[in-house]
Amino acid sequence: MKSEINKVIGLHGAVLAILFVLQFVLPAYHHGNLARIMVLATYAIGYNLLFGYTGLLSLGHALFFASGLYGMGLGMTQLGLGTGPALLLGVLAGACIGALIGALALRTEGVAFMIVTLMFAQAGYLTILYFGTYTRGDEGFVIQQADRLLFGLDLSDPSVRYFAAFSIFCVAFLVMLGVLRSRFGKVLIAIRENEERAMMLGYDVMRYKLAAVILSATLSALAGAGYGLLFGYVGASFASVQYSIFPLLWVLLGGAGTLLGPLVGTVFMFYLIDLSSGITTAYMLIAGVVLVCLTLFAPQGLMGELRNRFWRWLP
Amino acid sequence: MDFGPYLMLATLEGAVTAAVLALTASGLALVFGVMRVVNVAHGEFFMLGAVLAWWVTSLMEGYAALGFALALLIVPVLVAALAALADITVLKRLSYDPERTIVATIGILYILQQVTLMTYGPDARPVTPPFNTRLALPWVEMTENGLSLYWPWGLSITSYKLAVIGAAVVVLLALWALMTRSKLGLMMRATEQDREMALAFGIPVERVYALVFGLGAGLAALAAVLIVPIQQAHYLMGGEPLLLSFIVVIIGGLGSLPGTVLAALLIGLSDGIISVFFSPTLAKILATLLVALVLVFRPQGLFGARRA
Repeated sequence: MKSEINKVIGLHGAVLAILFVLQFVLPAYHHGNLARIMVLATYAIGYNLLFGYTGLLSLGHALFFASGLYGMGLGMTQLGLGTGPALLLGVLAGACIGALIGALALRTEGVAFMIVTLMFAQAGYLTILYFGTYTRGDEGFVIQQADRLLFGLDLSDPSVRYFAAFSIFCVAFLVMLGVLRSRFGKVLIAIRENEERAMMLGYDVMRYKLAAVILSATLSALAGAGYGLLFGYVGASFASVQYSIFPLLWVLLGGAGTLLGPLVGTVFMFYLIDLSSGITTAYMLIAGVVLVCLTLFAPQGLMGELRNRFWRWLP
Repeated sequence: MDFGPYLMLATLEGAVTAAVLALTASGLALVFGVMRVVNVAHGEFFMLGAVLAWWVTSLMEGYAALGFALALLIVPVLVAALAALADITVLKRLSYDPERTIVATIGILYILQQVTLMTYGPDARPVTPPFNTRLALPWVEMTENGLSLYWPWGLSITSYKLAVIGAAVVVLLALWALMTRSKLGLMMRATEQDREMALAFGIPVERVYALVFGLGAGLAALAAVLIVPIQQAHYLMGGEPLLLSFIVVIIGGLGSLPGTVLAALLIGLSDGIISVFFSPTLAKILATLLVALVLVFRPQGLFGARRA
């Protein structure tokens, strides 16, 4: 037992260390990519908390990502907030919308939950288009470099940006590790495994699920706000169905219900799409094929298979 | 134009939308009702119908009516065969687990859409309607001599649009007859009610599933062939019918055919009317929110009595 904890700390510490060191060795192109991947992996971690650990499949997480993105972006352009408060506003917006959607959608389950979340996200996407005077719709708006300063650091500078992305990822990663080691995380897993039994044991399942939705939405919004801030662009395409499908794809590929799965899945999928978009414009074909193959042949994902075969202690 | 004729025009346009929507949505409802599978790729089967209709009619260059008739016959069968194949190779192997089939159909959605993009390309292409006479419509007005008919400028519909409405009614009646009056329909209903029991009575449930999945996709494709002379074929055209069909199927009570048709009328007409007088985006926001709230507070649908 003691050695397992050491292994867990060793492996995950090593992953973080590698991510930290990579910024000094990677060429510029992959350096930029990895910064992007770490922010997107934060989004995937948020998704994984709900899908992988609580067993709730949402098809509307783009709403939470977008509420972070737009909470931050509109806070800057419309309310004239500084970088720090705008970032905070984005995360807060995600938490509030998460609480609202969670309170409504959790009254349903299974397929109905998937469709309800999908519909709310679609309504959110359309609302962004509808208020085009402020959001500039599909076209989106750019966040000026002058506004992207945090504690005097210029977030558009590649190495600062990498370090900021790394910090965001670390926050989400450590929060998840903390959740998994806590009683709260154990109850979530119990709900995933057998909701009725968890209820019979006296847990208020509804409250735990709502808390999971809110935390998941908050992490997704953090990723959204960070993405807008680091890469300087806010657009409606980030609220579209495609961005609800992506985290599902990343988490399924990496392994739902594993701590490293979201990162592994995002890295693989990002480079798969990056490589194939050089060959054809129909790069989403890869996403489709991967989705079908995963559900057919490897529903546990990469880290899940690894856990089944070799590392049974993987959290 | 006055308000009255304007409203009538909006209603007629809405009726065309409703007719096509009823066909598409009943395909989705059939698949959900019998198989308990939410087919997210349904819109792409619609899109394939339109694209294949363009392909067939362009092969028959110069014979617009003949080419269109041929498309009407061949395309739904082709799409149905493709869907049945997808059922056998993918969905069957997932043993129709609800959540995993949704993920798989999302994958199928992207595969169909992107393969179309690679082969057919990103252009929207028109299909010539087989016949297209403009029919002016009369309206009544109050004059000194009492009520009299007149023909307001702009109030008209094409004969093709009327034909679309008629064709949709015929197909829906045929579907109803198939489900309630034929042996095949009996097998489908038996499978829907109790899969195990149907199996015990010797119904080839897996073949029924493949057939139902094909039939559902075929209905979507048929709807697309009917609408493509009005709308043009494009590889991204599947998104909107998918969303609207979802809305219709949920409001109509998941999986019930009469409820679905009724809801299609409601949504099609109100979408037409709201879009004419207000913003189409606002109409869609309201519709999607309505659906989500219906699912949360009244999961049996507005018209349905059964549990989903």
